[in-house]
Amino acid sequence: MSVADFTFYLFALSLITGGLFTVVSKNPVHSVLWLILSFLSAAGLFVLLGAEFVAMLLVIVYVGAVAVLFLFVVMMLDVDFAELKAEMAKYVPLGGLIGVVLIMQLTLAYGVWDTAEGVELSTVPVGTPEGAGAHNTEALGLVLYDQYFLLFQVAGLILLVAMVGAIVLTLRHRVDVKRQNPVAQMMRDPAKAMELKDVKPGQGL
Amino acid sequence: MDSFLSTTPGMILIIILQCLLIVVPLLVALAFLMYADRKIWAAVMMRKGPNVVGVFGLLQSFADFGKYIIKEIVIPAGADRPVFLMAPMVTLVMSLIAWAVIPFNDGWVLSDINVAILFVFAVSSLEVYGVIMGGWASNSKYPFLGSLRSAAQMISYEVSIGLIIIGIVISTGSMNFGAIVEAQDGSYGLFNWYWLPHLPMLFLFFVSALAETNRPPFDLPEAESELVAGYQVEYSSTPFLLFMIGELVAVVLMCALISLLFFGGWLSPIPGLPDGIFWFILKMGAVFFCFSMVKAIVPRYRYDQLMRLGWKVFLPFSLFWVVFVAFMAKFEVFGGFYARFLVGG
Repeated sequence: MSVADFTFYLFALSLITGGLFTVVSKNPVHSVLWLILSFLSAAGLFVLLGAEFVAMLLVIVYVGAVAVLFLFVVMMLDVDFAELKAEMAKYVPLGGLIGVVLIMQLTLAYGVWDTAEGVELSTVPVGTPEGAGAHNTEALGLVLYDQYFLLFQVAGLILLVAMVGAIVLTLRHRVDVKRQNPVAQMMRDPAKAMELKDVKPGQGL
Repeated sequence: MDSFLSTTPGMILIIILQCLLIVVPLLVALAFLMYADRKIWAAVMMRKGPNVVGVFGLLQSFADFGKYIIKEIVIPAGADRPVFLMAPMVTLVMSLIAWAVIPFNDGWVLSDINVAILFVFAVSSLEVYGVIMGGWASNSKYPFLGSLRSAAQMISYEVSIGLIIIGIVISTGSMNFGAIVEAQDGSYGLFNWYWLPHLPMLFLFFVSALAETNRPPFDLPEAESELVAGYQVEYSSTPFLLFMIGELVAVVLMCALISLLFFGGWLSPIPGLPDGIFWFILKMGAVFFCFSMVKAIVPRYRYDQLMRLGWKVFLPFSLFWVVFVAFMAKFEVFGGFYARFLVGG
């Protein structure tokens, strides 16, 4: 077994373990931590496939940002997860059905995956777009910003609209709170901010 | 012997030895850096600082180390034990992992990957988990508030660090540290380094690095006056030590990043002198001195000021700088000043 094989089984095992415990663990915070483990393992698998840029993005975006938000939400919200868990049995058939459909899709996709004569499937660098530059990041950049430039920009705009929408929905202008005025604070100088008084003993101000 | 080293266990052994070769000198250097930090701080305050253990107190950090590991580990009754003990380990491991891609000299790197700088960025975005897990698992109010503060702060300043790095990457045309340092090589010595074309970003990166590593003046997560000691309140003995080491390794990593990105890594500042690892160590030491001086002379920020600075000042400015550098590089303004890939650097 080569080092690459060994790492593959290591990441695959921790991915499946992480996924399993995300579902079955009682504490929601533990669930999110297991989810993070499976994200990291998936990133490791991407690296093994030769898709290092996607792997790093997975870690930065999902683990570094999205999962932190998840953690904040489950830590701060007062949701009775025990009650939710109790009703889990009701949703087991539906969840199982989705799982079966996903497995069928993967089987179908993998079944028609053809490779050229004499090429081992495991040696094909799946992560790199064909005919592109020296390495993964460059190749992805060329594809995204040349071929799919419009789609890429439109996707960015959709995200921007979603963000603006979320801000507009939650923004409340409150007039009854005291606010800091940083500009005024920075413009203050010692002459305006304080005054020295010569206090005589026994008199006070 | 050769035949053993080319087998799987042999290769794993080599990788483990290489890791030890980086980690052990790093941790030993850390002990003296902690001592230097305290000495500099003391000198600014006209105190003596640690001066009892060893000559000039040089062995103070080792004495502290011994004290930390022989004390009892106290775990609060309501704490979530596995997560509570995992948090300091996560902090330490995450701060050490990033060193795998840091080159110390031309080709002296454990893992020479193409996306090295993204890797460092990804790992530093994971460091926040040690803090959140520690604060949550302590099952107490002060650590929890401290960890929330810390997490918000680290995430905020990561954004501007990322944008600053993008500027450097645009200038170089590569995300590999070796390529970034090579791009700064030239016949003018230190005037070829990126600090000159990216001067405002050097300042921004330095301040963001202070905030990202929770160093003063941005040490709000452990603001003693309000939060006792932030997310570390419930920690004692070895777990606390791991948190401390993790934080300090992250600081040294930031020093290394600043030296690599802005000060040409192992390149010599004067044309003609040989390049080498000593320049890299010297530059890291100089940056660490600045970190210590800032700790000694700058008063602590207020939390709303910190957030305002991150989101309303640093983020727009670094975003503007990305556009600016992209423009300068694309239209070749000043020749290869901003576009090092043009002049073959």
